[in-house]
Parts: sequence; C-alpha cells; structure tokens
Amino acid sequence: MRFTHFFFLLYFLVFLNCEQGKLRLSKIEGTQIAISDSITTDSEIESFIKPYRVNIQKDLDSVLAYSAGTYSKNDGEFNTALGNFMADVIYSEANPIFKSRTQKDIDMVLLNHGGIRGLLNKGNVSKRTAFQLMPFENSIVVVALKKPQIDSLIDYLSTQKKAHPISKLKLTLDKNYNVIEAKIKGKEITNNKTYYVATSDYLYNGGDNMNFFKPNDTLYRLDYKIRNAIIDNFNKLDTINPVIDNRFTQIK
Amino acid sequence: MKRRNFIRKTSAGTALMALGGLGLQSFSRTSASTKITILHTNDVHSHIDSFNPNDAKYANKGGVARRATLVESIRHENPNTLLLDAGDIFQGTPYFNYYGGELEFKLMSKLKYDAATLGNHDFDNGIDGLYAQLPHAKFQFITANYDFSNTIMDTHTKPYKTFFKDGIKIGVFGLGIKLEGLVAPNMFKETKYLDPIESCQEMTRILKVDETCDLIICLSHLGYYYKNNPNKISDLALAKATKDIDLIIGGHTHTFLPKPTIVKNIENKNTLVNQVGCYGINLGRIDFYFDTDKNKTANGTSIIV
Repeated sequence: MRFTHFFFLLYFLVFLNCEQGKLRLSKIEGTQIAISDSITTDSEIESFIKPYRVNIQKDLDSVLAYSAGTYSKNDGEFNTALGNFMADVIYSEANPIFKSRTQKDIDMVLLNHGGIRGLLNKGNVSKRTAFQLMPFENSIVVVALKKPQIDSLIDYLSTQKKAHPISKLKLTLDKNYNVIEAKIKGKEITNNKTYYVATSDYLYNGGDNMNFFKPNDTLYRLDYKIRNAIIDNFNKLDTINPVIDNRFTQIK
Repeated sequence: MKRRNFIRKTSAGTALMALGGLGLQSFSRTSASTKITILHTNDVHSHIDSFNPNDAKYANKGGVARRATLVESIRHENPNTLLLDAGDIFQGTPYFNYYGGELEFKLMSKLKYDAATLGNHDFDNGIDGLYAQLPHAKFQFITANYDFSNTIMDTHTKPYKTFFKDGIKIGVFGLGIKLEGLVAPNMFKETKYLDPIESCQEMTRILKVDETCDLIICLSHLGYYYKNNPNKISDLALAKATKDIDLIIGGHTHTFLPKPTIVKNIENKNTLVNQVGCYGINLGRIDFYFDTDKNKTANGTSIIV
C-alpha cells in the first residue's frame, strides 16, 4: 500500500511540474536561405543521383537525326518551317493510330504557336531536342467537328494573326485579314461532312482560348504524347529540312 | 494478496505511462525554453540537379545534394526541426519524364522530409502515376480538402499529422488547389475538391481543441495571392478568413518573397505566410522560440522577418 501512495505522490509532482513548465511562443524568426554553389554537395546524395543522371543523359543525347538548319517558331508570319514540321509530324505519326482504331482519317491538325518551347538547332537531333521543343506532357486528341466549329476555328486563326501550326488546312487571307480561301485536304469545307481534327488535350480543354472544340460529336483520346510523336518521327528521319510554304498566307 | 499485487502493478504501470506520455510533451526538455525550426520547400518540380552555370535566370542555383548538406547542418544545430514541402514535387525536368517521380520521392525520403502536401502537377501522370510512386516516399502526404475515398489514393493521405519536438506539439494540415481546369479530369478521376476554408476551419478546431497543439502549420498549394482575381482563394485570403494558424507554407504561384508576410487573421492575431519561389532555389526557415511564462519579457509574440 505504501507503494501505491508513492505513485499518487508521483502523479501529483508530475502535474505540478508541468504547470510550472508551461511554455509559450515568445518569438518567431523567418529567413530564406539561398541554395547556392557556396554550399557543398552531400556526396552520398550526389552518388545516389548519378546513375539516374548518366542513364538519362545517354538516352537523351543519342543522335536520332540531323537538322539541316536552325529553325525558330518566329521565322515566318503565318506559317513557319518549325511549326509546319510539328503539325505535319502529328499528322504522319497519329493518323495511322487513329485509322487503326476508327477506320477514319485525320482531316487536319491544329497546334498552338506558344506550345513550341524551343529551337530546332542545326546539327545533331536527339531526344533532348524533342524535350526542348515540347517539355509538356500533352497528348494528342482527335475531335469530330462540323462546319460551324471549323468556321470558328478558321475565324480564330484569321483574327489571331499568328503562326499557329496547322497541317492539311489551307488558309489564305486578304490584306484586311478576311478569309478568301479555306480548304481541308484540298477540298471546300462542306456542311454534311464530319471533320476529324487532331490537336493537343491542352488546346481541346480551351488552352490559348481555343473555345471551338466544344461541344463536339466525339472525342478520341489517342493516349499518345506529342513529344513521343516527335521522337518517333526523329527516329524515322535522316535529315530534317522543313520549309515555309503556302498553307497559311496573306495576300497583300 | 494477489489482488493487491495486481493493483500495485497497474498503478506502477499507469504512473510510468503517465510519465512517459507527459515526458514526451514536457519532460524531455532540458531547459526552460526551446526552439522549433520549420524548414520548407515548394514547387521543386523535379529540379534535382542545380541549374547550369549558363542558365539565364538561375545559374548555379538549387540542387538536392546541396539542400541535403544545408538541412543536415540545421538539424545538427537544432534537432527539433521539421522539413516540409508544399507540393508540385513532380514535372519540370527529364528526371520526372523518365522515372515518373521515383527519384524525387527517394531523395525527399533520404533528406528525411516529415510531410508534404500535393500540388496539381503531382497528378501529371494521373492519380495512378502518383499512387505508383508512393512506395518510394517515406514521408506522409497531408491533404484535408481532397476527398480520395473513391480513388486508388484512398487511405494513403492524412488530413493532418501531429509531431512532438522537445515537448512542443506541432499540428500540420494540408490544403490543395482546385484541380478542375488545371488537371485533366481523366487524370484526377474521382478526387473530390472540398472548400479550403471549411476544411481549414475543421482542421484548426481539431488541432487546437482536440489535439491541443502548441503550433499549427498549414501546408498549402492554393497559391500566394491572385492580383487579377482577388476573390479566388489564396494563402493571403485564407490567413485573413481563419484563425489559430501560426504559419501557412505556400506554393503553386512560384512566389519569391523578400520576407514572410504577416497577415492579421479573423481574430486580429498574426499569421505568417511564406513561400520560397520554386525549383529548390531556396530553403525557407522559420524558427519558433518557446519560453516559460515567468521568463516572458513582453506581451505577445515578437516576429522578426
């Protein structure tokens, strides 16, 4: 019994002590520390990262093709060699997949000018080039559109006055930016046809104010990343030498 | 006799348990004051290596191996340190494209991160892609306003977590941004976004009243402030509209602040809001000094930023 008393006493002391030891927040100090090269690297962490880095570099930098020139998204007014290349790549790489799944052909491709994030430099082309051109994870979708939405799409292109990359669509503007010619795969756009437009899921969801993709008849998600289509295309080509052509022009 | 023995043993047991339990809260302290250090990052976006020397904006900045050295030296100086991340761990360098976030989580585990909240880009490989990397994360994911109950992430996050450091109880809860419009619906699937202010009120009540925390920290990926859309929920708006939060560690807007922002909350008390830009270029550090009542020199808490 004396033992039990001892523990009651212990309880009491414990509570008493705690009352005295009650802490309160008295001061807060905030600082920001720059991670600069004056801080030495942790060698264990560094050696843990290294095999991952080496593996990526080896894969990223292995040569897939050769670029005949340096191409920028800014080297043309309404169409650029680089934009044409990107849009044509989407058509040539995505169409076989779309056709095998739906027995239909893609009618045209639309990307956005801002989506080209880098240069295609003259010389060796590798996966790293594809990452520079297209760092985002966006995937290709095909949207079934009717003439009224295609008209909105064309209206968008004529009012934006930008070299948004297109493929299989031919657009000519007069000096007042009115559309004087609009053809898909060389044919007039008609009321009763459904047009299968390939684009990125980003644009489909209204990116760059492209609001003409909804509503639509059907959406086909190809689960095929734009960057992977570019890499697949690099693998097929020896030399990349795209040109500015007459797909989107203005008569002045 | 046997019965008495039993009572004695239970008493001893309870007393020791009480000692142990309270010890955690109050008696492992060696002095009458203590300091809790909160270290934090946000929007690291897979920036594992430091930036190239020829980078136009961030030459020679950042790098996980350097951050490791810094964190280790601060932990050495003050073992009562928590390391937290406010989301967007994923996406931004080929490390993510190649390994899907595996290396990011493994390194954060090696640096002994205590907790992280989720950013919108952490869904970039879909909720399944995030789930697939969870085995590599030895730290807790905390989010109070994403309802994952109909998804594969169910039970893999907690709304909040409490930590004991030198007798101080710290409650950390997480808040995420509305995913709709930022992430494709097929990526976040049936994740339900709950109102951040309501979730916040529930969390602060639990942490303050039920858990009796001494410090309450919100790990937020809501964004610092939206100048062109001031009604959109943000860290500054949250701080003003709520109570009992000592610190909001933010992310999403990649905001570089000259110093942490002091905001008056709904009770006119100070809440600190901080964010350290992005890409692991900076480490945020907030030190909370605790003192006994009898040692207090001034009324209230002084904030030095």
